[in-house]
Amino acid sequence: MAFSTKYIVGFAAAVCVVCSIFVAGSAVALKERQDRNAVLDKQKQVLKVAGLLKEDESIADAEVAKRFEANLVPRLVTLETGEYDDTADAATFDQDKAAKDPATSAKAPEGNLAKVQRVPNQALIYQLVDSDKTIKALIIPVEGKGLWSTLKGFIALDVDTTTVQGLTFYSHKETPGLGGEVDNPKWKALWPGRKVFDEEWKPKLTVIKGQAGPAADDPFRVDGLSGATLTSRGVTHLVQFWLGDDAFGPYLKRFRETGE
Amino acid sequence: MSKASKTVLDPLFNDNPIALQVLGVCSALAVTTKIETALVMSVAVTLVLIASNASISALRNLIPPSIRIIVQLVIIASLVIIVDQVLKAFVYEVSKQMSVFVGLIITNCIVMGRAEGFAMQNGVKLSMLDGLGNGLGYSVILLVVGAFRELFGSGSLYGLQILKPVTEGGFYQTNGLMVLAPAAFFLIGIFIWVLRTFKTDQVEAE
Repeated sequence: MAFSTKYIVGFAAAVCVVCSIFVAGSAVALKERQDRNAVLDKQKQVLKVAGLLKEDESIADAEVAKRFEANLVPRLVTLETGEYDDTADAATFDQDKAAKDPATSAKAPEGNLAKVQRVPNQALIYQLVDSDKTIKALIIPVEGKGLWSTLKGFIALDVDTTTVQGLTFYSHKETPGLGGEVDNPKWKALWPGRKVFDEEWKPKLTVIKGQAGPAADDPFRVDGLSGATLTSRGVTHLVQFWLGDDAFGPYLKRFRETGE
Repeated sequence: MSKASKTVLDPLFNDNPIALQVLGVCSALAVTTKIETALVMSVAVTLVLIASNASISALRNLIPPSIRIIVQLVIIASLVIIVDQVLKAFVYEVSKQMSVFVGLIITNCIVMGRAEGFAMQNGVKLSMLDGLGNGLGYSVILLVVGAFRELFGSGSLYGLQILKPVTEGGFYQTNGLMVLAPAAFFLIGIFIWVLRTFKTDQVEAE
């Protein structure tokens, strides 16, 4: 059976239209659920980095919200001054949106190594508190370029603002098995106990090539991810950028001095 | 054996897509470090196979031969995107672990191979059964490989701890090779060896 050119073109167009209706339909219909999952996953990562959720623990969605509310206080920080801003609602604050809007963000310093484009004027952090409302840790958002993608995650710092309690990423698109190993619990377990700042309070923590010593002897270095030099470097840069003077530096300085 | 049940059962051991046709090996290496991911991948591939075989078989007399591969690819790709969206909506964490490999079902030779080799010549019902059979044949290998790799690589089965690893104070020294992709090659090789010991007709002539 021979097909005319007209038929072939028409058939191709029809297949494309029908397929795109299905694809678009499923994407739109499931978007709400997917967004909810993404938010929940982000909250779980915050719980993990705060030590409130074990790596292999699975909990119900309601429990996530419960643990979140009981132990974590969201606070908005004005990055330039390092002061808290309690006038805005921390619960509805969307940092990604704020970083894109010229009215609520500033251009990041030219040539910063984490390749951050814009820094929001205000950023959302979480304070881990115990039952007496004493602050136990600060959970600070970090993001920066790896090899393929922007890695987005959180770093948890002790109240001395230099000892790492944990690091986790909730979104990235690095190569599975290589750069994707930033999600490996074994690698993440190398972070607690490391120190971010040197004596002059400059960020010093680096992901090196090869193996670093235990946290007590070799506090400023972390094992590199083998086969993922650029992702490892990206992690170094994003930690140093966000904890440095261009982002959370002033806040951490103020926190050290005032203790709150 | 009736033609229908033969279509479903043959790909399990007699004409297994991985062990005999040696298709779809890439994803069998990538997602089998744990049973959970292997299971989700198996279900996803089986569903895509059934749906793609059904739709391509239904259209088989309408598809112009000159553009048939592209048409098959468009249909398969759309189905895979839909499966990916569903996974993101309902099993978010697993889909995060499987990352790019769900999307790579598009390039899984089994799907394309069955569409071109079976669905283009057979009726809708038989094609769906063929999709089911090949999906199950793929799943058998994935689950066997996944079970071995998880048990010897991390000391657990479907997340349940069976052998307590040394790192957690147990006795079992986990086998690092099992977590890496080459282990799947060895296991699939052993599987093919065992299969051909029992089914000598699968051995290629020297």
